[in-house]
Amino acid sequence: MIANFIEGLTKYEFLQNALFTSVVIGIVSGVIGCFIILRGMSLMGDAISHAVLPGVAVSYIVGVNYFIGATVFGLFAALIIGLVTQHSKLKSDTAIGIVFSSFFAAGIIAISFAKSSTDLYHILFGNVLAVTQSDMIITVVIAIIVVLFVIVFYKELLVSSFDPVMSQAYGLRTQVIHYALMLLLTLVAVSALQTVGTILVVAMLITPAATAYLLSNRLSVMILIASTIGVVSSVVGLFLSYSYNLASGAAIVLTTTVFFILAFLFSPKQNLLIKRRKAIK
Amino acid sequence: MIELKNLTVTYQDKPALSDVSLTIREKAITGIIGPNGAGKSTLIKGMMDLVKKNSGVTTVDNQPLNNVRKNIAYVEQRNTIDLTFPIKVSETVLLGTFPKLGLFHRPKEKEKQKVIESLKQVKMEEFGNRQIGELSGGQLQRVFIARALAQEADIIFLDEPFVGIDMNSEKVIIDLLKQLRDEGKTIVVVHHDLSKVTTYFDDLIILNQELISYGPIAKSFTTANIKSAYGDSMGDLMIKGVND
Repeated sequence: MIANFIEGLTKYEFLQNALFTSVVIGIVSGVIGCFIILRGMSLMGDAISHAVLPGVAVSYIVGVNYFIGATVFGLFAALIIGLVTQHSKLKSDTAIGIVFSSFFAAGIIAISFAKSSTDLYHILFGNVLAVTQSDMIITVVIAIIVVLFVIVFYKELLVSSFDPVMSQAYGLRTQVIHYALMLLLTLVAVSALQTVGTILVVAMLITPAATAYLLSNRLSVMILIASTIGVVSSVVGLFLSYSYNLASGAAIVLTTTVFFILAFLFSPKQNLLIKRRKAIK
Repeated sequence: MIELKNLTVTYQDKPALSDVSLTIREKAITGIIGPNGAGKSTLIKGMMDLVKKNSGVTTVDNQPLNNVRKNIAYVEQRNTIDLTFPIKVSETVLLGTFPKLGLFHRPKEKEKQKVIESLKQVKMEEFGNRQIGELSGGQLQRVFIARALAQEADIIFLDEPFVGIDMNSEKVIIDLLKQLRDEGKTIVVVHHDLSKVTTYFDDLIILNQELISYGPIAKSFTTANIKSAYGDSMGDLMIKGVND
């Protein structure tokens, strides 16, 4: 089976592209995902990944690369969510729910105008085997931007995620950091759309990061673990998808889930089994 | 000298603080007291521009707040901190060096040395490698004070530092605050326990949604002021060591 996969890799360019793209997306979604879950923005990740849908449709209609339209709409959604939250008595999860479902609904209708239903299927569920050369290049560029940003502003990201009040007190522009992260989150969500599709992007962001969270007590270590899990899951998922003809996105996401379950059961932080054993005694 | 002019804060149309103007003396420990809901925390948050306010300007030695922010350490209430965050004690203290490092500079040997020193000052040097969630309330409070020390700020604001901590930690902290004052720092403490007022503070601000009094203990901590903050019956109960 594995030999078959490796043979396929040497033979087919589409499989090489798919593997490379998946690996890169595994890395960046792990990195950004850590900040998303630590800042309590998981729902925001879900929202943005859904809200890019109309952007994809508009890009098809206008005839530009879908990265552009998707990014514009993702950011637009983040802004509207911010506005609704600030200017109403609603809690932010409610504002997020309203905005992203509206965007998503608009996207479904717009897609039906733009292209056939098979395309909708690929956008919703991902089709990593159809990644083009230009998509690959954009994905790599996004990955470089994200990783550089996190390295350069690690200090600021750490302090504003852990203690926003202290950050504000000493004059850090926390709003700027928030929207910069939203921008990166949007870029990552758009690129992850290729491997797992809009509906499952949030899993790539949250599950590896959550698993790493259970296994580490330093942010830098957590980021490394999350990226590693992202990469391994992408490779294993792609392998399963190729070998058993499964949907690639679903296979990748379920692989991350397996990691999460293992960490949940055995992590020292969680201590679930040890606690249980003590309880039985 | 810290000067606050006309601070008014309302939360959802309810006044939290109205038109508070005061000055805080440098090189002294100033306490802020008042009943629950008096706006004690709001006062320091308002002074630091951390809440939405209707009006109010803070200056430090006639400089606008934004010019001197890095020179003010703010130790917030412990319950606002996420204790499950993947961060160790030493790294938490290291955060204190970030304001003066500024963008694009990474903490180096000097900053790490500062962390060790600061942890020693609060007697927590053996806990550097612990995750912050493993500490007791008092230990955690000392770590946050170490973080303020690492910032090397001349002004330190503390919001209810003595709530829910052990006696030993309280003593370590108050001794340290007094030592810092003697070294020339300006310290402002939100506090709720009237019995400690005369031993802990040099100056006192008494609040109940508006300013009732401020100034040196001898002038500010009087029966009349306490009664007007806490009401007559409560005031009687709380008066102990009050100047008449």
